[in-house]
Amino acid sequence: MHRPMTTETFKLGYNDIHDDVIRSIVKTGPKYYIALATAGGTTLLCFFFPWFYQLYYGIGAAGMNHPGVWGTYLASFIFWIGLSHSGTLLSCVLHLTNSSWRKAMYRSAEAMTLFSLVVAATYVMVHVGRPWFIHWAVPYPNQMELWPNFRSPLMFDVMAIATYITGSTIFIYMGSIPDFAAVRDRTSGWRNTMYTLLSLGWRGTDKEWHRLHWAYTFLAVLIIPLAVSVHSIVSWDFAMSIVPSLHQTIFAPYFVVGAIYSGTAGIVTVMFVLRKSMGFEQYITKLHFDNLGKLLLVLSLIWTYINGVELFTAWYSGTSEEYEALNYKLFGYYSWLYWEMIIFCAVLPMLMFSTRFRTSFVPMLILSIAINIGMYTERFLIIATSLSRQYLPDAWGTYVPSPVEISIMLGSFALFTTLFLVFVKIFPSVSMYEVKETMATPKMEPAAPAAGSPA
Amino acid sequence: MSLFSRFMDGWRKYRKPGYYDEFDYHWTMTIDLDKCTGCEACVTACQAENNIPIVGEEEIAKGREMQWIRVERYWEGEYPNAKLSFIPMMCQHCDAAPCETVCPVGATYHNQDGLNTQIYNRCIGTRACAVYCPYEVRYFNYYDHEWDSPLEQQLNPEVTVRGKGVMEKCTFCIQRIREAKDVAKDDDRRRVQDGDVQPACVQSCPSKALVFGDRKDTESQVYQSMNDPRNYRVLDELNTDSSVFYLKKVDA
Ligand code: SF4
Ligand code: SF4
Repeated sequence: MHRPMTTETFKLGYNDIHDDVIRSIVKTGPKYYIALATAGGTTLLCFFFPWFYQLYYGIGAAGMNHPGVWGTYLASFIFWIGLSHSGTLLSCVLHLTNSSWRKAMYRSAEAMTLFSLVVAATYVMVHVGRPWFIHWAVPYPNQMELWPNFRSPLMFDVMAIATYITGSTIFIYMGSIPDFAAVRDRTSGWRNTMYTLLSLGWRGTDKEWHRLHWAYTFLAVLIIPLAVSVHSIVSWDFAMSIVPSLHQTIFAPYFVVGAIYSGTAGIVTVMFVLRKSMGFEQYITKLHFDNLGKLLLVLSLIWTYINGVELFTAWYSGTSEEYEALNYKLFGYYSWLYWEMIIFCAVLPMLMFSTRFRTSFVPMLILSIAINIGMYTERFLIIATSLSRQYLPDAWGTYVPSPVEISIMLGSFALFTTLFLVFVKIFPSVSMYEVKETMATPKMEPAAPAAGSPA
Repeated sequence: MSLFSRFMDGWRKYRKPGYYDEFDYHWTMTIDLDKCTGCEACVTACQAENNIPIVGEEEIAKGREMQWIRVERYWEGEYPNAKLSFIPMMCQHCDAAPCETVCPVGATYHNQDGLNTQIYNRCIGTRACAVYCPYEVRYFNYYDHEWDSPLEQQLNPEVTVRGKGVMEKCTFCIQRIREAKDVAKDDDRRRVQDGDVQPACVQSCPSKALVFGDRKDTESQVYQSMNDPRNYRVLDELNTDSSVFYLKKVDA
């Protein structure tokens, strides 16, 4: 996995990196403010406003019905959890395998994880009927002497996500400490105060570096099983029910692979945007897109395989309810969405077999967005098709999202963007010290050479 | 007792529905499909007894009907030779209820009478129980419902009016069971006897297709009727161990 960075990338010196990255934090152009205002405004208008409307009138504002009691809110929840996956997971795996190409991109990938998780957690609140009592799902000693139900997969979910948020926050924060210190040394005023606090008095001694590396590797090892478990547990919300076509053992790997798949695609999208908008052309290169493309391709093949298995087991079960669910999925009311998903997630990614495709930026951007659209559809279909066709034919029905739901869904992207925009102004969005590690050590200024030193 | 066997005991108990070793009563219902005419008197009675909101035409079109008991209709064959069969469907009070395990806050649980109960105050509205219930008998309050005058005058004071964001379903008319138990307790602390308590649907059924009682009382009518050779339980293959027994319709 050792792959030296192309030397052409780094004709830069240490100072250039500092300048570039710190410029991205300190210098704020009108473009940024426009973007922030748009994203923030859209969040308010499309996310919070409909949500408050729904809180006031009840979940009826969304399109859920009987039997489609779960809808896009849950689909979006899975989608965001999924997107959160690759960030930290990818960063951990690549850290452990010593892949140097990770270094320029992992900070933004990890941020993506964090913010996707935040959005996902918000979606839980949007989803439930009485979010003002959501704390009852958390085990805390209380006057009522009531505990949550520890048998419930939803309860596992709360635990898993809380752990994952905590873990990835610590991970991204710890990895940024040396960079905070670097920014601290080059800023003044309130920024200086903020970075002084954030950098926890980092001085860059050998001991500190040693400890940081140790702790970082430790966390990386810890987070990988965590990430896998989080999405397995999310899948149990479904797989532990006895709804035909949800009650499948393949669900945990299916969700994990799906999560990494859509997350990796998300990283490609975010990297493209970062590269263009922040002027990081030198740090995020064709090499990154090439490698991510290969990863995406493998993931897409696994995903396709698992989808095949899902269909096969449904057919092989030989029960009428599984047949009906299968038939409905492939040819029923939502079938056009199913085929759209297959095209976006299984067929189009085949293009990535070609190196030329993988190394062209715009096609990769388009494909990465298509994959995520497909993956969103997948999550929606898992819920919508299965709930529509359950055991008793009398209770069959269809569910169509309402405008409120669609608005909240779009708004959640704006929320994510807003958080990200705030992030790039606080965190150095490219890990400076690790990029420096990949560069040749600059020659010392040939000041007066010490006597006796070899020329 | 060794630590291990204590642990195993705890585990075995934990695996029992609702953690009970034994129920005090085991309320059961039987529905004789041979007698059911599909008149829906039970539906109306339940609506009145349990303050079930009237959601209106628009909401029904959206598929948000609320009826704790519904009469499912299944057609067989084409028009001249069409055959219609009914099956009343309400919460089956499964002793191994899938809906109970999934509620993160334990708002639905098994009580000591073998009933699957729903605590409206505790419900946070994840709607997971409705997904997990294979009988599709759980209904969700999408709004705060209102009763048009003069309907609000007939609300049953014994039953909570549910607010928005809360799940609800058939309770086997728990308020009537409670009352019967209270009366029995005042009356020399005796047990509730067969015929002391009747849910609204049973009471209103003109053809006496529904029978309700305590399964633990082997003299009871429901015990006789659940051991009828025609008995079966809906979706028994899912091992929900339900408490509603159906008596098969025998075609002449
Ligand atoms: S019928 Fe449904 S709601 Fe009633 S106990 Fe069984 S699973 Fe729960
Ligand atoms: S037992 Fe009571 S609550 Fe249940 S369907 Fe009959 S009338 Fe309704």
